[in-house]
Amino acid sequence: MSDLDLLYTDVEEDLRTTVRDLLADRCDPGAVNSLYDGDRSLVEPLWKALAADLGLAGLLVPEQYGGAGASAREAAVVLEELGRAVAPVPFLTSAVVATTLLVAAGDELLPRVAAGECTAALLVPLSTAPHAPITGVEAVDGRLTGTITSVAGTLEADVLLVPVSTPHGLAVYAVSATEAEIAPVVSLDMTRQLADIRLDNAAGRLVLADAEPAVRTALECGAALLASEQYGAARWCLEATVAYLKERRQFGRVVGGFQAVKHRLADLYAGVESGAAAARYAAATLAAGDEDASIAAAVAQAFLSDLAVTAGEEAVQLHGGIGMTWEHPVHLYLKKAKADQIAFGTAGAHRARLAGLVDLAGVAR
Amino acid sequence: MERCHHVVAPASQEREDQLSSETVHARVVEFLGTHDPSTLEPLEFLRARYDAGLAWVAYPEGLGGLGLSRSLQPEVDRLFAEAGAPSNRPEVNGIGLGMAAPTILAFGTDAQKQRFLRPLWTGEEIWCQLFSEPGAGSDLANVGTRAVRDGDGWVVNGQKVWTSGAHTARFAILVARTDPDVPKHFGLTYFLCDMSDPGVEVRPLRQITGEAEFNEVFLTDVRIPDSQRLGAEGEGWKVANATLNNERVSIGGHASAREDGMIGVVARTWRDHPAQRTPELHDRLLRLWVDAEVARLTGQRLRQKLALGQPGPEGSAMKLSFARIAQQLSGLELELLGEEGLRYSDWTMVRPDKVDMTGRDAGYRYLRAKGNSIEGGTSEILRNIVAERVLGLPAEPRTDKNRPWKELDR
Repeated sequence: MSDLDLLYTDVEEDLRTTVRDLLADRCDPGAVNSLYDGDRSLVEPLWKALAADLGLAGLLVPEQYGGAGASAREAAVVLEELGRAVAPVPFLTSAVVATTLLVAAGDELLPRVAAGECTAALLVPLSTAPHAPITGVEAVDGRLTGTITSVAGTLEADVLLVPVSTPHGLAVYAVSATEAEIAPVVSLDMTRQLADIRLDNAAGRLVLADAEPAVRTALECGAALLASEQYGAARWCLEATVAYLKERRQFGRVVGGFQAVKHRLADLYAGVESGAAAARYAAATLAAGDEDASIAAAVAQAFLSDLAVTAGEEAVQLHGGIGMTWEHPVHLYLKKAKADQIAFGTAGAHRARLAGLVDLAGVAR
Repeated sequence: MERCHHVVAPASQEREDQLSSETVHARVVEFLGTHDPSTLEPLEFLRARYDAGLAWVAYPEGLGGLGLSRSLQPEVDRLFAEAGAPSNRPEVNGIGLGMAAPTILAFGTDAQKQRFLRPLWTGEEIWCQLFSEPGAGSDLANVGTRAVRDGDGWVVNGQKVWTSGAHTARFAILVARTDPDVPKHFGLTYFLCDMSDPGVEVRPLRQITGEAEFNEVFLTDVRIPDSQRLGAEGEGWKVANATLNNERVSIGGHASAREDGMIGVVARTWRDHPAQRTPELHDRLLRLWVDAEVARLTGQRLRQKLALGQPGPEGSAMKLSFARIAQQLSGLELELLGEEGLRYSDWTMVRPDKVDMTGRDAGYRYLRAKGNSIEGGTSEILRNIVAERVLGLPAEPRTDKNRPWKELDR
């Protein structure tokens, strides 16, 4: 619990600028909106540009496997920008969660993952908290059978990392996406569209036996860094709402000049600044291998899951009528925030986990 | 576009910080080699530490500092504490160290800096703040205490309120009206007032908790030499704002260890009273634990930002959170205590030496925390500050800004 840097280094700011410029160029809010009407043509070229051309798929892959060998701090900056742009790319699911698991296994897929040639997804429901029970599918002679619902990042994935229940605990197998039946789900957040996966005697390759600790670590990294994505989205909601209310006039005045509105925005600003600190601390402890990382991740999720929803709800309300329209992008942020509140466990699940971590047990049973 | 394969090591800034950290470390060791805290008189030691530039290292050389980053201060303080060095007792001179000193540094003449900063830092001279008045609370610019020119000095008459430490202070930072004929913000001047002047009368102001940590101060024909004016005549508002930004930083920005402050007290009560726990209280406690931990990190992040520059209005947001969390926690603690929460330790009027908002009993803490959203800027005013100065939203419509102060309805 040392005095870790909660700001950004120059290198991190440069990375942010690069990602932001690319998203401004290639991730138009109108095209994101089209995802909700079934047009996913934005996703593949955008992900290729980020993953392969910018090399972000290999950010967390060690240099020995051809990656950038960067840390969670840099990945968090990327996620802030993706959240800010509601960018529909599988960075969190592939470049963070699946990659963390593959790195723990030292898996042969890593060079292709680092090059952006292979996108991976861990097959657990998006709602799975890092410490929730994980149900694996069945494997017989390397052939996998089972169903996993509401999984994120599989529509873009080449390889599925499948938890398998064995007599010796949880194992993880790799299955080619072409071997699985991937049924897209109409999702609350279509920028992270889910799918139900059915495996029927699918050929798998063992990635890691005794995989439970690695799976949980990967999910905890996902939870910790999701906070930065939530922070980016919340910051957009604040900034877009403030900008709009400086223009919008009613009763002959700028609406942002009414005290009832100003005070709500001041409270939101305080929340967003707090969220920045919590998200940054989660990323910094993870990057430093700090023993406080589990608490930091739970604190960040407990705080930012709700903050991002508040920011989305305030943005809708304070935009007035236009905030309820299909045309204005604010709905994209509300839907994302509400889905992200459930992703990797709700705020309540993370508070419950904290109770154990910080010696604040509840009522004895 | 370039691939991001270079995203590691920052460079020059870190090296620079490390250098100044080594320099300051070496200076402290060298100083302690020639000044033995176990044999020197405490005051003599403190004065020597100031003269060596090891008092507040971010201050300029010759004024107790070395012109280094603020972020080095905790390390310096730690080294002195470990060596058993005497303390300048910051807890009894919070206004002096946190508010008067940075303002004197920013606006004082060389003579004022030389005269006041050293005894302020060593604790020889305690400071208080004569700002608020019965008619000038949130609307501080409405100050009615008059300062009238008289030869090479000023004669001051008026009443101040909410002055903590007035009964122990040697000096005060004072805002008074020097020109009632101009609009309110332009007719104020900032002074350094000698509290031992015979025209200064201090009366305790008893508060909601039963005790009197504050005072009312009556000023009757108090004489202040012009050499104790801080900043130009009519510039008092600008100078006072610099002070208040520092106040918000110091109110919102202490805690640094986890479970410091009110959350630590309430968490201990929780741990000590397993029979009193309910699921509803548990849920509220965990929410507030998270909020308090995030506020701690937000303070840490703000301090890291401040180490790079001057306090700005961002500190106001920090104080908003601090007040809300302290109030909710202290209320929760009374409910958790149940029957015991119905009792209060003592309503007797006392004058505490220093204020410990997390001290005494749960009832006291609950009542004292009510002040957190009032003192140093009400939460409502702070929201205006954040909205206007941070977010750039329009200011409240005003009718008092462009008329002479003496013509305003009061």
